[in-house]
Amino acid sequence: MSGAIEQPRFTCALGACQSVVAIKKGVPILHSGPGCGVQVSRIIGQGEGYAGGSTMPCTNSEEADVVFGGEKKLRNVVENSFKVIDGDLYVVITGCTAAITGDDVASVVGSFQEEDKPIVYVEEGGFKSNNYVSHSRVVNAIIDQYVDKFNEDREVIPGLVNVFASIPYQDPYWNGNLEQLKRVLEGIGLKVNILFGNESEGVSEWKSIPQAQFNILAGTWAGLDIVKHLKRKYGTPYLHFPYAPIGAKETSKFLRAVAEFGELDQNKVEAFIDREEKKFYSHIDKMASFMLEFRYGIPRRFYSLADASYSLGFSKFLLNELGIIPGIQFIVDDIPEKYQESVLEEFSKISDLQRRDVKVVFNPDAGLDQLELLEDAKDYEDKRLLILGSSWDKHIADELHADLLIISVPVQHRLVMNCGYLGYEGGLRVIEDIYDRVLATYR
Amino acid sequence: MSQINIKEPSVVIREKRLGTINAFTGAASEIVEQSAKGQLKDCKRKFSQCLGCNQQQAFCQLAMIRDAVVIDHAPIGCAGEFADFNFTYRVEQARRDLPPALGRYFCTNILEKDTVFGAAKKLEETIRLAYDRVHPNAIFVTTSCASGIIGEDIEAVVDAASKELGIPVVTCTCEGFRSKIWTTGFDAAYHTVLRGIVKPAEKKTNKVNIINFWGTHVFDDIVRRFGYEPQYIIPFSTVEELSHVSEAAASIHICPSLSTYMGAGLNQLHDVPEVLVPPAYGVAGTDRWLRAFGKLVGKEEIAEEIIKEGHEKYVPEIEKLKERFKGKRAYVTAGAAHGQALITLLGELGMDVVGAAVFHHDPVYDSGDDKLDILGQAVKNYGDVPDYRVCNKQACELVNALNRIKPDLILARHGGMTLWGAKFGIPSLLIGDEQFGIGYKGALNYARRIDDALDSIEFIKNYSKHASNPYTKWWFDQDPGYFQGDGSGKGCAQGRGGF
Repeated sequence: MSGAIEQPRFTCALGACQSVVAIKKGVPILHSGPGCGVQVSRIIGQGEGYAGGSTMPCTNSEEADVVFGGEKKLRNVVENSFKVIDGDLYVVITGCTAAITGDDVASVVGSFQEEDKPIVYVEEGGFKSNNYVSHSRVVNAIIDQYVDKFNEDREVIPGLVNVFASIPYQDPYWNGNLEQLKRVLEGIGLKVNILFGNESEGVSEWKSIPQAQFNILAGTWAGLDIVKHLKRKYGTPYLHFPYAPIGAKETSKFLRAVAEFGELDQNKVEAFIDREEKKFYSHIDKMASFMLEFRYGIPRRFYSLADASYSLGFSKFLLNELGIIPGIQFIVDDIPEKYQESVLEEFSKISDLQRRDVKVVFNPDAGLDQLELLEDAKDYEDKRLLILGSSWDKHIADELHADLLIISVPVQHRLVMNCGYLGYEGGLRVIEDIYDRVLATYR
Repeated sequence: MSQINIKEPSVVIREKRLGTINAFTGAASEIVEQSAKGQLKDCKRKFSQCLGCNQQQAFCQLAMIRDAVVIDHAPIGCAGEFADFNFTYRVEQARRDLPPALGRYFCTNILEKDTVFGAAKKLEETIRLAYDRVHPNAIFVTTSCASGIIGEDIEAVVDAASKELGIPVVTCTCEGFRSKIWTTGFDAAYHTVLRGIVKPAEKKTNKVNIINFWGTHVFDDIVRRFGYEPQYIIPFSTVEELSHVSEAAASIHICPSLSTYMGAGLNQLHDVPEVLVPPAYGVAGTDRWLRAFGKLVGKEEIAEEIIKEGHEKYVPEIEKLKERFKGKRAYVTAGAAHGQALITLLGELGMDVVGAAVFHHDPVYDSGDDKLDILGQAVKNYGDVPDYRVCNKQACELVNALNRIKPDLILARHGGMTLWGAKFGIPSLLIGDEQFGIGYKGALNYARRIDDALDSIEFIKNYSKHASNPYTKWWFDQDPGYFQGDGSGKGCAQGRGGF
């Protein structure tokens, strides 16, 4: 899609500065206009983090830089960033101004790299892509310009995996989700480089990326450029699980796929899955009577306005584990056309028992998506509806008296700390959160 | 006095119009003196952190006009703020008993190919799409760094669209790189409204323009008491209401940093007089403001009545609370005029304002009248602020200054700054509502909140033990103004630094 967008639910290429904020002691340096950092924070930020928000160094381009170039200014800001901000890794990301005026960022940053400073650069320009795409470019730049320096004569560590899944901050539950993935993968016997957030060791962990036995991508398309790049560069094979695994059924499926791919000890894997499923379904057992017997309304049909990975993951979970039927799925992540067919195919397999035709709309202009949703909902006035979306969807949820679970940015109507929706525990959390919202509506 | 010229599509930037600067280190009295003498110089920094831009300030004024649409002619990243302002818009609707409505904002989504082949067609299409989807009464087109550098004739596009659709379609020139002073964005929005929406007055009304953000309606009782009707602009106005602001009897500033251009524009173009004294902060400030307003509308006796009542009703309790603030050292960080208003308030409450990190400095406002000089008045009434720095919202300068000064209280106005007080274990208070501190009641409001903040130390002290700090020891060993100018630590001022 290249047209106008109402109600954006992602940001520009520069938004990948948040991926740097998500690395322990990572420091993004913006070579951009003065307002760019604020714009990123406003849609995907969750506080400052270590050196994000107002702490983030930025060249704050002005008219003279646009006319005469901003390389000297960048050199000053980089040089002083090392002095002022205590970081383990510095990542220069360029915005529109630098991209259009054509500053030679490679040469400026290159001179610091020659001094062995832990710094990399990504030439983006906000208009060049969005943060789903540029996240991969930032990760690859760190691998190529920094991690690779430490890769001489190092061997593959059996059982070590790099995991790429939630995009930090773009997925509001990234930290919790990555924690959950790490937990279940360790449960089946792997050593996990989770790379971002609290459960990562930080930059030292990144240094062992080339030594992984294999890489895992849990997500539809964003991040594919990373695992493909690692395959080309280090020959590391990768497993692509094409959506977010939520709840027992999908998490077990995910773990079995990983186990098969990595040729792990079958008994150990099945023992872990068995233990986790028993716990998970004991809770479902407890709440089944509520689901089946609750006298007043609970949602029976849902819409989502989300990225492809969540749209698929939540649809599979809600249908199979809670019996909530998918209505139109609006995929708003600007997914490139070449991946759209695979999403449709995955939706066609959503039920093991019958053919289900889930209507899928790929359109990041969510203002238009909402109009279509409202039109469709007219056919379901007898049903209580659930909307999985963002704060943009509060007003249609209010209008339809639908329940709203926020799973996408922008998030203004809830506070997120370590909540994660992936894995076994994440699935339980989804159930709690949905019915918490439903039950809170009763007097 | 600057000349407001609405024939030009773009506003003249603040550094050229007013000589605005964004770096200074010295005492408040020095910046006041140098402003008056026209001696202030600006300088560059060798290290800088994320600031904020014109476009965001322009958007905040245009985004809550109830029947208008804003189109940001920009890559999608510049639309990051849409949701944030939509949230504010909807929360404030509820506070005003307005029906729920969505903020209608569109981004043209400029992509790389558009920077090569042009984005004008995309703008045309977006204007049509927005019109079809919303049927607004006006469309504002804000520009971005990307659209500015491509350099197409946006005026031609909007003029054609305006003719085609029969509604005002007006550009607001606010590229992020255009001005180093982000508040130029307010001026850009006002320029747009003055140029494209406000009509010549057909008659004079008893309305009083209160040029504000979306603060509490504290002026209702006061203005009505004088026999006038308050009209809060620009957020929450309709296009029709804005077209008649030229008919008002007067304009009130709640913050000259915000509204200097609009006030002067309405005065110069439509003869709407401005109340040209500092906004009504503190007891003395409120007395002065009421007298000035009374004089302007020829009802000085009503001003005296309100002053008498206000003193009787609020001053005793303020005096009581003042006892508790004796000897407390306070620090202020905020945008320019509002920061100066907070200094006034703290002075009024008997606190010792030991320092301030204020984002920019306007040596003069568009009216050209020095009676609006809030800081000058504050210094005269309550004494000097020894460490007054113009910090351009550079968090590192604030953090460094706080580390040295270790005040008892921080009063902040802007996210990302208040946090630093708490990290140092210093009680910190951010009041978002600009009108919260206005008038006698406002002084009491602040006194109570400050009392609460000083009392609530358990969280702050506990948090400060665990808070992260990304700044190096080296940085804390430098002067806070180290990066202003030549690295001497004295900023660009003629005056001395020091505390």
